[in-house]
Amino acid sequence: MSFNITGTGSCHPKKLVTNDDLAGFLDTNDEWIRTRTGIRERRIMTDESLLDIAVKASAEAIADAGVSASEIDLLIFSTLQGDYISPSTACLLSKKLGINCSSQFDMNMGCSGFLFALDIADSYFKSKKAKKALIVCAEAMSKLVDWSDRSTCVLFGDGAGAVVLESGNGFKDISLTVNGEYEHLYVQKASGNIPFFEQPEQKAFLKMDGQEIYIFAVSSIIREISSMLEKHSMTASDPDYYIFHQANIRIIDSARKKLRQSGEKFPVNLDRYGNTSSASIPMLLDEMNREGKLKKGDILMLCTFGAGLTTGACIIEWNK
Amino acid sequence: MIKEKIIQILSEQYDVDAANLSAESTFEDMSFDSLDVAEIVMTLEDEFKISIEMSSDIKTIGDLEKHIQSKIDAESKK
Repeated sequence: MSFNITGTGSCHPKKLVTNDDLAGFLDTNDEWIRTRTGIRERRIMTDESLLDIAVKASAEAIADAGVSASEIDLLIFSTLQGDYISPSTACLLSKKLGINCSSQFDMNMGCSGFLFALDIADSYFKSKKAKKALIVCAEAMSKLVDWSDRSTCVLFGDGAGAVVLESGNGFKDISLTVNGEYEHLYVQKASGNIPFFEQPEQKAFLKMDGQEIYIFAVSSIIREISSMLEKHSMTASDPDYYIFHQANIRIIDSARKKLRQSGEKFPVNLDRYGNTSSASIPMLLDEMNREGKLKKGDILMLCTFGAGLTTGACIIEWNK
Repeated sequence: MIKEKIIQILSEQYDVDAANLSAESTFEDMSFDSLDVAEIVMTLEDEFKISIEMSSDIKTIGDLEKHIQSKIDAESKK
């Protein structure tokens, strides 16, 4: 027995930045961004902290599940970078929400953070170390991109998504693949002012080779999904929804065509939020939940890929 | 034969008018961006059962043909 998703929540910053806004200071335009990525607008943090949006998303998920924060016995916080390097954001979130568990930590597995967190949660539920878990994915991509680089800064947005998990049989299986490589997608740490540092100066800006990452994402996610389907004697038409990490509509379209499934099975919110890294799947889940698009018994195939390089596929039956 | 296959795939799957295509045709002329080229390369990898290394040198149909030919030659020498 593993877990069911019993609550979802999400929060985005208040500032909406359109493609036209970006064209105001970058050599780009709405048509280029929209046709090549599917993104129309994104949300960017101004006076909010990452903790602020994470708290709101978490509180929503906890309320949606009908549990109290003090019952949470596992908290996993997925983020590329918290407001603080230390203490971990999990500790700060716990304080704000009134969570008192010892099993809590931050983790960073890039855009695939949500699925890696589900994998860890599965272990805790199976070993009976947890009965009620909170997984929060919150990302401030706006603090990591180079706002003078039109090839990357237009792609990302800020946001937070959260789920509450409780004992149950909804989680069916997960497959995660890691191919350690940073050449085509990375964010270095800023080098600071160390007098003994002997490497070239580093700026904390996200760098990505879009073409290489596109090829990696499309080819590896299809392999991941196909293996998972075969392992469970399923066909591509069995999942009711394929919930993809929201990086670029063309990755999703390419995968959809290869799977020969209709567009309704591939929900999208990247048009409104851009790529919010590990927050993208839980934010989309929350949106679908709130809009009543998910019905009990629906089979969801969560699909992820990202820096690492990592890919993952997870089958969850929606039992809410 | 490789060039003909490339042109066939471009016209059938990517809606390009085959009559206008030659070895010198550039992907830019066909309004393909880098992700379109990546997608085409992946389709050709499946078709020819090889793996093509992406390179910014691949600008024309002729470039693609040369890359595929050299990969096929390398595979047959193994």
